[in-house]
Amino acid sequence: MSALPGSDTISQILSMLFYVVFIVFLFYGQRIQMYVMIREVEGRLYKLKYMKEEGRKTAIETIKEIGKPQTDPSARIDRYLEYFTISPQNMDPAGIVYKLDHILDVRDTRLKDEVKLMAPASDEVQINNLENTLEAAMALNFIYKVVRHYYILGKKTLSLYVIMQLQMILPLVMKEAEAYASALKAFAFGQPIGDGAGALVAAKLMHGYETRKLPKDCVVATVPIEGRTAFVIKAEGPGGNVGKPGDAVKAVIDENEGKIATVIMIDAGLKLEGEMVGEIADGIGAAIGGPGVDQFKIEEALLEYHIPINAVIVKEDIGDAVSPMRKEIADSTDKVIERVKNVLLERTKEGDKVIIVGVGNTIGIGQ
Amino acid sequence: MNETSQSPATTKISTYLMMIVLIVLALSIVALISAVTIFPEAPQMAGFLLLIGFIAMSLAAYVLLQSRRRAISMKIEPPQVMTTIECRKCGFKSVRAYQRGDYVFKELEKCQKCDDKMMITAIYKEVKEKEKTFPV
Repeated sequence: MSALPGSDTISQILSMLFYVVFIVFLFYGQRIQMYVMIREVEGRLYKLKYMKEEGRKTAIETIKEIGKPQTDPSARIDRYLEYFTISPQNMDPAGIVYKLDHILDVRDTRLKDEVKLMAPASDEVQINNLENTLEAAMALNFIYKVVRHYYILGKKTLSLYVIMQLQMILPLVMKEAEAYASALKAFAFGQPIGDGAGALVAAKLMHGYETRKLPKDCVVATVPIEGRTAFVIKAEGPGGNVGKPGDAVKAVIDENEGKIATVIMIDAGLKLEGEMVGEIADGIGAAIGGPGVDQFKIEEALLEYHIPINAVIVKEDIGDAVSPMRKEIADSTDKVIERVKNVLLERTKEGDKVIIVGVGNTIGIGQ
Repeated sequence: MNETSQSPATTKISTYLMMIVLIVLALSIVALISAVTIFPEAPQMAGFLLLIGFIAMSLAAYVLLQSRRRAISMKIEPPQVMTTIECRKCGFKSVRAYQRGDYVFKELEKCQKCDDKMMITAIYKEVKEKEKTFPV
């Protein structure tokens, strides 16, 4: 069988092509790999930019709609988005918690004042919701800028390792950014978010009982549960607010001169992959996130009087925590109440005084 | 900086990319037509043209599809949030879409069945799509 005319030329071209490709990949393989990574990072960076701009747009629209400002708030919002906080010096860590607490208080006051100036027609609840919306927009702005920084740095230096680190961490960064992006609308509309699971449980327990204010931005109600007297604490709703449960718990312990049988904290906890949203688990310790100031204060107050502490958590991932509350989480609150009652029956006696703290952002949850 | 001075990140396919895709598509069609035309005189060349035409056409379609997918993935659809309203006296329950100003334990208008005030007992979103599970 004779070969087709011209087949020799084709095979020569093909083998030549193969050698060229082999040599190119031998010398430029790493660079090609880097360009592929840069392209991937670039795509994600565009998405981050879109999210950041959506955040800014949502913040501006919400402030214009609710706050009825006299002038265009865009410039002030752009300044707000660039706002930074410097944490205290930790070379000598003694007393750092109270320094951090002070810095966070100043930050909170300053940001609230800024919102009041931007949205003069809004009430206290709306100011809290607007502050939360702006904080979500601020987080998106920060994530975008950091990713862009490393992207440009990688492109400038053509360093595979800078780009590779960024490309490896990006799926997690994107997950967090997507969570903040979905939080924007929830905050702007004042909808309850997944993080409010603890606050919702506390609200269900205290609903119908008289409440009084506690420092700072918290409320407490005295509720009889299973023959015990429970001081149920949560942040004051329905505005977006986490309060300062550390100060609130300390205040209630001091009021009762330390005669508290146990403290039960309820909070949303990060689930591991494979676990179901809304699963409940209980354990020991101060279930509270954030910068750690409130956890420190609660632990300090408990240690002074040797009060045992229990915790119940509702499992969810970061996306669920800052986006509108999922039905599974809302439904799990009744099971949490049952679990709390079980802990009370097993760990305390009738007539004891206990503290139940619903931790989390109480946006969209009254009391 | 005002609202309009910053260009929003687009969720549409770029016109530049669209033009390239269309040019490649046109060329691939030309290659396919040429293949059919020259097939009786030079079948081997026709075969090459056919191959090039199909490869170019599939590449253009792939790029277009990928860009469309990326444009869709850019959009952030707000989830539908529902509000459950209950009458504590007669137990009448209704579910409606969330309205701005709703919050859990907010008292609303009077119940349709009895004269007691109704109350918001839950606000939630329902996630329709199932999470990918790994049987391990």
